Parts: sequence; structure tokens; C-alpha cells
Amino acid sequence: MMNSLSRKDWMPEAYRKTLVRQMSQHAHSEIVGMLPEGNWITRAPNLRRKAILLAKVQDEGGHGLYLYAAAETLGTSRDEMIEALHSGKAKYSTIFNYPTLTWADIGAIGWLVDGAAIMNQVPLQRTSYGPYARAMVRICKEESFHQRQGYEIMMHLAAGAAEQKRMAQDALNRWWQPSLMMFGPPDDQSPNTEQSMRWRIKRDTNDALRQKFVDITVPQAEAIGLTVPDPELKWNEARGSYDFGAVDWEEFKAVVKGQGPVAKERMAARVKAWEEGAWVRDAARAHAAKRAAAKQAAE
Amino acid sequence: MSDPSQEWPLWEVFVRGKGGLSHRHVGSVHAADAQMALAHARDTYTRRMEGVSLWVLPSAEITASDPGEADALFAPAEDKVYRHPTFYTIPDHIKHI
Repeated sequence: MMNSLSRKDWMPEAYRKTLVRQMSQHAHSEIVGMLPEGNWITRAPNLRRKAILLAKVQDEGGHGLYLYAAAETLGTSRDEMIEALHSGKAKYSTIFNYPTLTWADIGAIGWLVDGAAIMNQVPLQRTSYGPYARAMVRICKEESFHQRQGYEIMMHLAAGAAEQKRMAQDALNRWWQPSLMMFGPPDDQSPNTEQSMRWRIKRDTNDALRQKFVDITVPQAEAIGLTVPDPELKWNEARGSYDFGAVDWEEFKAVVKGQGPVAKERMAARVKAWEEGAWVRDAARAHAAKRAAAKQAAE
Repeated sequence: MSDPSQEWPLWEVFVRGKGGLSHRHVGSVHAADAQMALAHARDTYTRRMEGVSLWVLPSAEITASDPGEADALFAPAEDKVYRHPTFYTIPDHIKHI
């Protein structure tokens, strides 16, 4: 009747593997997602923005940790997941392979990228695997601040000098399509959607969430005088939704394959941090072992 | 690198939401020792005033019941309905019971 925590409820092997894949990819995305924003911490325009950005990037690190810990309950180890990321075997969200060129990109990321992430994540609070669902509840609670601070940055830039407004519009122009790609390939080309819907790991299809994102975001852009960069964007009265232009899926496939503008740079930064931190991990372990031995000797 | 013995051990984290409430399990962290586990738990699970107290304990120290034996363990309680107050029929005119 006695058992360690590692003994788990039974689940189909394919279900377990799908979860490990999705949860570790999700965790990797949070961790790699710290890089494009970390790029602007030292150059934030004032102390208020800097404190906010620091807190946001720290949150992303925390989200990665909740998800790694949740994935570890499925019997995979932290080191295995990190190795899979560094070797390129595991994927992360393609959005983080685009560069952050101006301060307005920090606004666009919070507003659009975190906005799209929230839309993906809210239904995952009801996903069928408990530890994943519980991690998502915490994450969703915290993401809302991320999106609002981003929109606030865009709002201020759009209401500022002509050059600031141009900067905001330029950021929207560059981040719009990559944000739409965050929902994944169209339903008829998504290899995992059907099975994941059946297992209730996923609760909504990629296309349904993408449409919802467009419908919610377009009025937000209009409200601050910015233009969504899509000549085919049009309100469809009959559907009660916006029609929008096709997403460039060739670019998406290329970025998934690792051809994103800063993909190599991102992975190099991760590997460098891991390798240069090795002595800290070793030293902490050695220190703990020494202290434990001393304590035992004293007893 | 994937040798699990090289990883910092896993610790389970419990947070007391506010004075008077019990500590609740919120997740886990890796850390070399208890002091570091507390620091990591603080940074990971209490960034927004989620609690007033933290407990950490090594995951390996937890003894759990076997999920496969859940039926045998918990089923007997099910047919002891007389343990619940609604099992007893008391006339309506009897008050405060």
C-alpha cells in the first residue's frame, strides 16, 4: 500500500507522450520568450517601464518553471527537456524567432503576442490533465497584466509625436502576421488537432481561436488610431466576424524549421546560459553534500 | 547531461494563503538544499502576495497511496451511509437537531 509519488494513475502511452510534447514546448516558449523582451530591459524609456518589464520577464520565467514542473509529473526529467530544446528536437513558439527592433515592439508583444497566448491558454485551464490545467490557471491570472501593459505602451506611442505613432504602426505591421501564426496551422493541416481534441487536451481548434483573436483585436487597434496591416480585412455582417487575408504559411513552415530571423541567436543564448551556469549548479550540489555530511557527523 | 542524479532534487511546495488557513500544495521546484528550495519557492510561487508562509519538503520523502488500490482503500466508506446525518429521519416538528 506504500508508494512513492512517482507511481501514477494509468494513462495511455500516446496520451502521455502528446502531453509531454505540448507541455514541454509550452515551457520552452515561456523561457525563450524571455529573450526578445530581456533585450529591452536596460533601454526601457523610464523607471516605471523598466520595473514593469522586469516583472513581466520574471513572470515568463516563472511560467516556464510551473510548466516544466507539471511536465515532470509525467515521468520526464528537467534535464531531458532542456537537452531536447538545445538539440533542436523540441520546438518552441515560432514568434520568438523574430527580432525586437524598437521599443514599440515591447508594446506589440504584450498586446498581440501575450493577447494571442491568453486566447490559446484560457481553454487550457479546462484541459484533461490536472497538473497542466492547474499551471494554466496560475499563468492566465498573470498574463492579463502582460497584455494590458503592452496595450498601454501602444496607446501612449499612438497618442504621441508623429514619429512615435509611426513606430507603433511599424511594430503592429511586423507583429500582426506572426501573431496570427501563433494559433498554429489551419485546421485541415494540423496533424495533432483531431486526436488532441478527442483527448480533451486541446479544447478549441486553431482556426476558431484565430478568428476570435482577429475579432477582438481589430477594434482595439482602431480605438488608438492604428491600422491592422491587411487589405482584405473586412467586417462580415452575416457571420458577425471579420474576414481576413490568408496567412503566409510558407513563412510559418520555414520558421518552424528553424529559419526564423534570429532563431540561431536565440538558441545560442539559451545554450550559453546553460553551459555558463553549470559551475553554479555543481557548486550548489557540492555545498549541499558537504553540509549534509557535516550535519550527519555532528549527530 | 540527462543523468537524473546530476539534477538538483525535487521539492514539493506548500503555501499558506493567510493566517488561519492551512498550507496547500501549489507545485514543485528543484533545489540543492532546503534553504535554496525556500528561495526558489518564494520566487516561483509567491510573486503576488499569494501567501504568508511556505513549506518545502523533498518529494522523495512523501509516501503516497497506490492509485491502483484506491477502490479497495476508499470503497468501504461508501456503504457506511449511517456515518452521515441525513441517514436519520427526524420529524419536522423537532427543532434544532
